[in-house]
Amino acid sequence: MMDRRSPGHLRLAAFTLPLIALLAAACFPEHPQSTFDAQGPVAQKQLDLFMIIFWAAVFVFVVVQGALLYTVLRFRRRQQQDSLPPQWHGNPRLEVAWTIAPAIVLAVIAVPTITTIWDTATVPPGESLEVNVTAHQWWWEFQYPGLGVVTANELHVPVGRTVKVSLESRDVIHSFWVPKLTGKTDLIPRNTNVIWFRADQAGTYYGQCAEFCGIAHAQMRFRVIADAPEAFDAWVALQGERPPAPAGPAAQGFRVFVQKGCTVCHTFGGSEGEGVQQGRMDGFLKGQAQYPAPNLSHFASRETFAAGLLTRTDENLRRWLLDPRAVKPGNRMAQLAEAYTNAEKALSEDDISALVTYLQSLK
Amino acid sequence: MATVTGALPRVLRRPTSYTGWWSWVTTVDHKRIGVLYGFTAFAFLLVGGIEALTIRTQLAGSESALVSPELYNQLFTMHALTMIFLAVMPLSAAFFNLIIPLQIGARDVAFPRLNALSYWIFLFGGLLLNAGWLVGNSPDAGWFAYANLTSKTFSPERGLDFYALGLLVLGTSSMAAAFNFVVTILNMRAPGMTLMRMPVFTWMTLVTSFLLITAFPVITVGLIELAFDRLFGTNFFVTAKGANPLLWQHLFWVFGHPEVYILILPAMGIVSEVLPTFARKPLFGYPFVVLSGVSIGFMGWAVWSHHMFTVGLGPVANATFALTTMVIAVPTGVKIFNWIATLWGGSLSLKTPLLFALGFIVLFIIGGLSGVSHSSPPADSQQQDTYYIVAHLHYVLFGGSIFGLFAGIYYWFPKFSGRLLHEGLGKLNFWLMFIGMNLTFGPMHWLGLDGMPRRIYSYPAGMGWDFWNLMSTAGSYMLGIGFLAFAWNFVSSLRKGEKATSDPWDGRTLEWSIASPPPIYNFATIPTVHGRDAFWAQKYLETPGHQPRGVPSGGADGDGDGAHGQGAGHLGVHMPGLSYFPIIVALGLALAAVGLLTHVAVIALGVLIMLFGIYGWTFEPAEPDE
Repeated sequence: MMDRRSPGHLRLAAFTLPLIALLAAACFPEHPQSTFDAQGPVAQKQLDLFMIIFWAAVFVFVVVQGALLYTVLRFRRRQQQDSLPPQWHGNPRLEVAWTIAPAIVLAVIAVPTITTIWDTATVPPGESLEVNVTAHQWWWEFQYPGLGVVTANELHVPVGRTVKVSLESRDVIHSFWVPKLTGKTDLIPRNTNVIWFRADQAGTYYGQCAEFCGIAHAQMRFRVIADAPEAFDAWVALQGERPPAPAGPAAQGFRVFVQKGCTVCHTFGGSEGEGVQQGRMDGFLKGQAQYPAPNLSHFASRETFAAGLLTRTDENLRRWLLDPRAVKPGNRMAQLAEAYTNAEKALSEDDISALVTYLQSLK
Repeated sequence: MATVTGALPRVLRRPTSYTGWWSWVTTVDHKRIGVLYGFTAFAFLLVGGIEALTIRTQLAGSESALVSPELYNQLFTMHALTMIFLAVMPLSAAFFNLIIPLQIGARDVAFPRLNALSYWIFLFGGLLLNAGWLVGNSPDAGWFAYANLTSKTFSPERGLDFYALGLLVLGTSSMAAAFNFVVTILNMRAPGMTLMRMPVFTWMTLVTSFLLITAFPVITVGLIELAFDRLFGTNFFVTAKGANPLLWQHLFWVFGHPEVYILILPAMGIVSEVLPTFARKPLFGYPFVVLSGVSIGFMGWAVWSHHMFTVGLGPVANATFALTTMVIAVPTGVKIFNWIATLWGGSLSLKTPLLFALGFIVLFIIGGLSGVSHSSPPADSQQQDTYYIVAHLHYVLFGGSIFGLFAGIYYWFPKFSGRLLHEGLGKLNFWLMFIGMNLTFGPMHWLGLDGMPRRIYSYPAGMGWDFWNLMSTAGSYMLGIGFLAFAWNFVSSLRKGEKATSDPWDGRTLEWSIASPPPIYNFATIPTVHGRDAFWAQKYLETPGHQPRGVPSGGADGDGDGAHGQGAGHLGVHMPGLSYFPIIVALGLALAAVGLLTHVAVIALGVLIMLFGIYGWTFEPAEPDE
């Protein structure tokens, strides 16, 4: 019955395949959220711990499945056999032994688990960059309290510097996750969590909301962009400046922006004052057509928009402004903004062109 | 007494026919109720399966637009709710009903009408939970329904009302059934069947019933608070009014983790019956297996926060729950070692029931090992809410629970149908499901560690997830075909399968000592039990060298049905009579719940019907008038 095509071989294959895939991840860059490609100390410690558990599990898997397979093959009933086997009821000494054995394997896992829990929970001493992250349905707000910078969906950090992150939410529960830099921690209304991470290589790291948060949960993505220290300082300086007043065709776009009520939810020309976003949230809870929305002051300094969904090209912007619901179902702008709920206030082709020009001028 | 029942309307005069459609509506026979549970659960299993296949089809490639996110969120929520509450739990309940009285040598459960009530409430609760499909708004916040996404502000549609009320109704059913089985198992065992002589399946049913009794009140509190928030404007989970949404998570997982064991322990019990029978050897280390089952039940209460390692409970809480979670792997490991030792030295008959039981062990080991990897909070922080968890939970609940339940179906089918399921189709069924299962859920381990979150309706190209998602979808279709093979086997074997004797597997427990299918009264004479494996002991003498020898007569009762071919009346056996009242009470309860969603008059009507049912039930004698 159980011949060479036995399930054991299949299972062995099923288990080695991830290993091959693991190698593939190391060789090919097209796994932007692979947890095997740690690029900072927090993710590295989490990965190291996982690998200890993984090999312990492989050991147990081989021993136990091997024992099971061997037992089944050896004791399967032969055709001619009709005598009954001896009726053993147990062997307490043996059973005590295999109660203790898994406990020993677990101890091997428990010790590094405990040390890693405290290692990753404790912010390393020394200078760090502080960032406040606020998650919204369905985008990310990043504030740099010491630097007076507010931005959305793209978190710039300097390479090699500890980033201390304070996590908050004003609506529902979300989860902050950048697989190559740090495992996830939830953002929970009325509960602030503080975590840290560090990027050891310059580059763009993908992040994504990991706690189900409603219709557009799948599209609540973000990027962490680790810059060389000088590039980071330049970015901070740019973000701190007031963008130039819109001129030429952009000025027309600015007029549309104001007339269509975009400013109810979007701040432009600097960072929000204290409590502005909270005020928008309070208004929403009272039934008003508003919701905290990304600060657009330096919109054109970002590579993507709509929570990491689209590259910031004129064409994509046009698509987004024309029908945000089609791009990102459930989003609050399509649901609340008069430009999309009131046919009389709908954006014309010219309005959209002007808005694209204006937004793309916000360097 | 007679005057009171005489006052009831004549239309509800006690039914007397044991055949026909109405006899199923009014039945209180544990075997028929078990059959009702089984067929209803299988129907819901198909619904949940179609939901799963839709999900897999959507995820077969990146940027898929087969279903909208709104629909997708309802599909994954309803898939989980259906499989947990409407398929696996009631399939287990079907086995409790079919097997427990037979295994303990009883004629029925302790409270036969309460048993019927449990079934009807389950049916109506299941329909209520699914009623959202009719109005286009099913629950869409996950089976865990984390606050405060479930508040009116963020989920203004009706879906979560169906969630709260449907689960509250279903909880009533589970509680009633659990009390019934605790009382039945503790009080109705045949003379001589001490607790430590009970079959392991009976033991696991007892543990599961206690878990139901203790776990469901916790979720009931949460669900009532949620329903009040949504229907009457209270603020238990409204953060803007000062609520802490973590309250729900604690309530949910204090229930939710024991619930995991509610789903797996019955399957473990079934496997512990199938292995000894097909190895022709007693279960190795019975006391260890029983006590590890009991300790899993207890320890299941001390691990709930491992579902919450990412909420920021702090290093001390995370470390504590990591350790308690790791400890629970010890009794689980003990069970697996004892199962392998049961096979060791046996004479293994590789029939379909044993194949499914072996499949259970193989897949449960994988699910257990991946479970250990997220008992470690730092490692879990990369795994939580990814497809790695989806892989883990399906290895445990599909590879575990479903394979165990299928072992039970193939094992006990002949007892209740009098026919055997077809072996060839059974093997086809097994291999399709075994390979399909590994192809569906195996790649999800990799996808999760490659950073694919769960509960996303779509993913972009260029993430490296396309290939394994496609494989997983192919595997899910194979699983679908496996279920069709099973359905075909079931239907065709029921009609023209090979006739089964009363004891086709050389069984060890009392259910094999009576006819297949059993007479309505089960045992003409209540057997006396002298040890574990009571029926085996009637068939074989054990010699000092552990070598069994057949009893010359071949069993206590030559024809094996224990009844000597006589009818219940001749034996002076008193069986509970048929009754309309369980379904009336259940209908009233369900109607009252519907009323909460529609109109207060419907609530009043439901309550009236329920009160009428309880009144009639109270004054209805347990046994029919002669």
